[in-house]
Amino acid sequence: MNAAQIAFEDVVVRYPGSGRNAVDGVSFELHGGELVVLLGPSGCGKSTLLRTVNRLVPLDGGRVVLDGRDVAELDPVELRRSVGYVIQAIGLFAHMSVAQNVAVVPSLLGWTRSQIAQRVDELLALVGLEPPAYRNRRPSQLSGGEAQRVGVARAIAARPRALLMDEPFGAVDVLARTALQRELVRIVRELETTTLFVTHDVDEAFRLADRIVVMRDGRVEQVATPLDLFDRPATPYVRDLVHAGDDVYRSYFVHARELLRTANT
Amino acid sequence: MTYLAAHPARVAALAAAHIELVAVALAAALLVAVPLGLWAARRRNVAPWLLGALGAIYTIPSLALLAVLVEWFGLGYTPIFVALVLYAQFMLARNVVAGINGVDRAQVDAARGLGMSPPQILLRVEFPQALPVLIGGVRIAAIAMISIATLGGYVGGVGLGVLIFNGLTLHQPQMIIAGSLAACALAITVDAALRLAEANTRIS
Repeated sequence: MNAAQIAFEDVVVRYPGSGRNAVDGVSFELHGGELVVLLGPSGCGKSTLLRTVNRLVPLDGGRVVLDGRDVAELDPVELRRSVGYVIQAIGLFAHMSVAQNVAVVPSLLGWTRSQIAQRVDELLALVGLEPPAYRNRRPSQLSGGEAQRVGVARAIAARPRALLMDEPFGAVDVLARTALQRELVRIVRELETTTLFVTHDVDEAFRLADRIVVMRDGRVEQVATPLDLFDRPATPYVRDLVHAGDDVYRSYFVHARELLRTANT
Repeated sequence: MTYLAAHPARVAALAAAHIELVAVALAAALLVAVPLGLWAARRRNVAPWLLGALGAIYTIPSLALLAVLVEWFGLGYTPIFVALVLYAQFMLARNVVAGINGVDRAQVDAARGLGMSPPQILLRVEFPQALPVLIGGVRIAAIAMISIATLGGYVGGVGLGVLIFNGLTLHQPQMIIAGSLAACALAITVDAALRLAEANTRIS
């Protein structure tokens, strides 16, 4: 029901004051309910591309189409309220409680008090934070992992049709990151929200993605499932990227995941 | 102290007029400085020039500025009122710029990405977080204004300066002491009250 279709059609974004393109003719589609990971080194244009979806970055060419409509034709404020947004720096509002942070978009949309209170508790429970213990805390009283759980709850509060996540777990310690990754997959499956997730961490991409889009210098190198990316890299760059690191572990991981997936369907 | 003890009602009335002058001038100064500071905070290349210009006004000796203003506005309430508004600009605008620029960029990015309109970002995220810094500016400005406002007595204005300058002309040190002590007491009280407000708006 919240599963948006997103299509990038020959998207170009120029760096201001430079001839180089940050995003240089990118085309691919996200199907409804799919979790797609944009993978690549820093500076490859993956965050810029993500930020074109909610119009935080304007296009210099091409189109981004959300559910059949060019986002350039939509009101940016309304568009952003209908698309969840999670960033590495988290950006919880320091002067608001956890509950007020989670309630930001619902209150912008004019939900009633009781609707909001109910939704806040529901969301805190969903992201694994006991509502009575966390509702009235300040962001400064949270660990990094807890803060990003609140960040995720805030992003999905108003049941967005798509979710944009820009290296959301990059600043979180390893233990909390693994737990967050596991729960994100559960949440996205449960809500069936189309999700675009940016990371430079190959293992994170393999853990989360239905499909991975590998980017380099503003262009797409390959779009594939984790298994295909691992077994059939399209370019030497992709091969070097996915086979750097613990190859044996990764091989077991992608194959086991594929087995699980086929067993479940 | 003898004057103060003999004429408490007179001193209280002048102190009340003093507070009123400073409060009205402070309100008027904020009406100018807040929009000016917000505008400058959005343009990184404008802020140094604006604050430099306002800082230059701040360095003009108050008696000299007042003399010029009397030329324009004549004696009475207006010259001291205008002088107070002008002097406060630097302290207020500087703290608006510092307060707004001090807001965590990640929070502003999140606010934009979640769908707040620019006025909502200002009112719901930037302003509440800049408030303690702005109140800090109001506190410094208010103390300076209470002190500078005593010069109003010299140009036929209102307030505790009347006591001080009458004391000077009449060779009545007791009047000067009464006016000065009352002005000091005002400044200390306002300072304490605004420190409290500053601390209460600060985010833990």
